[in-house]
Formats: sequence, structure tokens, C-alpha cells
Amino acid sequence: MNAKRIDKIATGVLYAIAAFVVIILVALLGYILVQGVPEISWHFLTSPALSFEAGGGIGIQLFNSFYLLFLALLISLPISLGAGIYLNEYAPQNTLTGLIRTTIEILSSLPSVVVGLFGYLFFVVQFKLGFSILSGAFALTVFNLPILTRSIEEALANISNDQREAGYALGLSRWETVTKIVVPAALPSIITGIVLSAGRIFGEAAALIYTAGQSAPALNFHDWNPFNISSPLSPMRPAETLAVHIWKINSEGIMPDAKAVSAGASAVLIIAVLLFNFLARWLGKRLYKHLTAE
Amino acid sequence: MADNTNLTTNQRNIMKFDPKDHEIALSTEDLHVFYGKTEGISEGDLQFERYKISALIGPSGSGKSTYLRSLNRMNDRIATVTGKIMYRGLDINSNDIDVYEMRRHIGMVFQRPNPFAKSIYENIAFALRQRGMNKKQELDEVVERSLRQAAMWDQVKDDLNKSALALSGGQQQRLCIARAIAIKPDILLLDEPASALDPVSTSQIEDTLLELKQNYTIIIVTHNMQQASRISDYTAFFNLGKVLEYAETGDIFTNPKVDLTNDYISGNFG
Repeated sequence: MNAKRIDKIATGVLYAIAAFVVIILVALLGYILVQGVPEISWHFLTSPALSFEAGGGIGIQLFNSFYLLFLALLISLPISLGAGIYLNEYAPQNTLTGLIRTTIEILSSLPSVVVGLFGYLFFVVQFKLGFSILSGAFALTVFNLPILTRSIEEALANISNDQREAGYALGLSRWETVTKIVVPAALPSIITGIVLSAGRIFGEAAALIYTAGQSAPALNFHDWNPFNISSPLSPMRPAETLAVHIWKINSEGIMPDAKAVSAGASAVLIIAVLLFNFLARWLGKRLYKHLTAE
Repeated sequence: MADNTNLTTNQRNIMKFDPKDHEIALSTEDLHVFYGKTEGISEGDLQFERYKISALIGPSGSGKSTYLRSLNRMNDRIATVTGKIMYRGLDINSNDIDVYEMRRHIGMVFQRPNPFAKSIYENIAFALRQRGMNKKQELDEVVERSLRQAAMWDQVKDDLNKSALALSGGQQQRLCIARAIAIKPDILLLDEPASALDPVSTSQIEDTLLELKQNYTIIIVTHNMQQASRISDYTAFFNLGKVLEYAETGDIFTNPKVDLTNDYISGNFG
């Protein structure tokens, strides 16, 4: 066999493998969307879930998912940003920082159910936070920190050293150079990392089952005082999210339309995660364009 | 070739200026640079005259860039630099020196153009604003003056808000020069500023440097012998981490005292 032929065969095989992967993905997405999209309506997206009758929605779960996502990012973003900046800009290359990096890597491969059980023992029981949004947000922070830190560190590492030297040569301090030159230049990839991690948080169930809880008490959407337990903003109320809701319906749902609700909720979840991914790409590209030309 | 009478040359063929006739902007004494335990530079004893262009030439790895980067302490976190760097009677290599303040007096332009990922205007205004210049009118003036001095105002005056990364390589490098002179340094260090540019951009940069010489002391590393002879007043020849010869550029190129210098400028090695 000559080189040309081998190349042709190899190309064909690689195409087939790639096609196989794409087909699985498209089939999976297609199945969920075809099953679920017909169930989605304004009523479905806004009304509370019903436990025993048909016609329940996912309104509260959807709100909970976004609120938890917001809180988790609020806590994890500053920490990750600080850690990422320290590791890439300030940390000397020695055993200690090597150890920190290894720890972060191990943390990022921790199964989310383990994070959930840790969150249960630590936040729910030890710190007596109960099944609450706060416990859930902390658990999600533990889940999100290592990955976000890594992505921010990498975004900063991709900024050429020439940029830092340019800052130093103008008499700027390291802090000014990092905050005003390096971080802004890395912003497109940092934002992409944040939005992608948001997608992961949004779809997370296992870390939340034992922390944010599995119940979604009725909320009074006219009461925005975070100290009232029925307020949507109250951080101390249990809050079942969309992903947990799907898990719950499928394991113990007794409403007559459980299948339909589950299908609809799954479709909403998938669409949201897809939107996060597209948003990440779009934002990253836009910001990059904005910074590099026009 | 001007008055050689008040220039003395020691046995090592390194010219010293007589302070009565030559104003010295910067000088180094017994400068050594170590990377870990490896010595990068030894005996870098040079004086640089004010409002002149001094060129540092030599083969790759001869230590000329290392030497240049030591002058405004850009090697601080990379290497250990011992010895004195005298600027206005101060040893700026000492620990008491405010390095950030010192670099506002001794600016630098690098080999690869490195504009910030900001607009053309911001590239220049940014560092000024960080030091408290906030008036729009004042900033506008400095931006225009710096761009004029770098001979690019007419090309970019309508595009000041466009990203600097959209400029060509030659324009980016001139923007970097404009950015460096906007903070009004005394001394401008240039590390092979034209080596990544085409011949047209290179000659524009050279013209710019000859203009700037009126107000700035310029020290330039170059591997381009023609460039050194075209624009510089004094030339130092580096080899293996040592300065082998330092003299007026005309002397170096027509009448080198050291055989190695002769070999290098005639293209026999390097």
C-alpha cells in the first residue's frame, strides 16, 4: 500500500469516528428536544410544580436554578479571580505552589455527589445552615472553584509576557500592570470560562440534592425582602433546582403527567445549557473583536 | 570624527568621557548579571553621553540585550544584577530606589511591538492617567505631541479610538515609541526595535530616532551593522558577555582596535 492510499483510509476512518460522535450528540439532543419542547408553554415555565395533579409547571425551580447560579458565581468568581491571578502572576515556581496546583487539579476531578455529601455534612449539619439556598451556593462554590480558577489562570497565562514588560517599562507597578493591562486583555477568555462554568453549575444536580434540598416551597413573588422566608430572595429557604426536580420526578414523581413534566423540564435545562455555551462563544468573540479591531 | 583629544581609552579599548566636555547621562560600573549561577554579563563598564545615540552591537548571546535590560531593572525578577548603575548621581541598582519611578526616567522599547489591547489613544494616555494626569485637554495634547514625535500623527489622527492591534507592525512599533516618550523619560532604551520590521518601516524608525536625539539620550541594541553606523554616535561591541570595545561609531567601523570587532563588523562571524 502506498502512502497516498493509507492517508485516504486514515482520513475515512477519522471522518467516521467524528461522525459517530456527532450523531450520538445530535440524536441525544434531538430526542430530548422532540420529547420536551411540545410540553413547554408560558404556563409551564411560570407556574409552580404540582405534586399530585397534572398541569404543574417548573416556575419556582427555574427561578431557583438562576438564583443559585447567581449566588454561586457571586461567591466563587472573586475567589477564583484572586487565586488565578496569584497563581499566574505572583506565585513563585516552587514546591508549595506546585502543591496548590495539584490540589486544585484533584479538587476539579472530585465527583459532584461527593461535593454534595461534603456540603451536607459541613454546611447543612455542622454550620446549621439547613437545606437552604446558602448551603447549595456554598456546595456549588466548592464544585466550581477549581475549574474556574484553572480557566482564569490559563486565560492569564495566554497573555504574552510582552504586555507585562510594556507595563513595567512605563513605570507601572505589578499590581497596576496585572489589573489594568493583563486582566483586561484576558477578559474575553475569562468571560468565556465564567459562562461555560455557569452552564455546568446550572445543570448540576448531585451536589444540590443534600444541600439546597429537594423541595420548592411556594414563593411570594411580591415580597422581595430577603429576610422573609417566603421571599424569592431569601437565602435560607430550601430550593429545589431544575436539575434536581428532573431527578426527583423520575425517581419518585407521582403526578399523573410526571413523564411530560420531566421531558419538558429536561428540554428547558438542555436549552439553557446550550444557550450558555453559545453565549460564551458569542461574548468571547465579540469582546475579542472589540479589543483587537474597531 | 570629532575631538578625540578629550576622550581617553584604557587598555581594554573602552572609551571614557571627560566630564568637563561630555555630559554623562548614564554609566555602569563593574556590572555583573547572573542567571542563577551562570554569569551572563561581566565587566559592563560603559558611559553614555547625553543627547547621543549609543549602539550596542555583537553576536547573538553576547549579552547586549541582557546589559540593556539591566539598565532600567527589567531583569529584576529574572536575574541578579550586581554593580553600580549611576544616573544623576544615584546608584539606581540599589535596593532603596523606587523602581517604578526610575522607569519613568529611563523608558524602554522592545524588540517585538507590544501595544496594549486598547485604543491608540489609550495606549498613550493610560500610563499618564495612572500617574494622575486626568484633564482631557492635557491628555489630548500629550497624545498628539507624542504621536507627532514618533512621526505617525498624520496617519492615525482620525483613528485614535481604533484598536492599536489593528495597526501594521511598523506603526505598532512607532506607537510603542510614542507611548514611551509620552511620559517624558530622560533616556530611551531600545532593544532591537526594528528587527521585526520591513526595510521601509525600519528607515522610518531610524529617522524618528535621529529626531528624538535632540531631546533624549538613546541607547539601542541592534544586530544590524548598517543601522548602528547610520544612526549612532558611539558603538560598544559585546562578545561573550564582555564589552570588548567602545568608541565613536566612525572609529569602530573604520578603525577597530580589537581583532574580534573587526571580524564581526566585516561579517566573519556572528
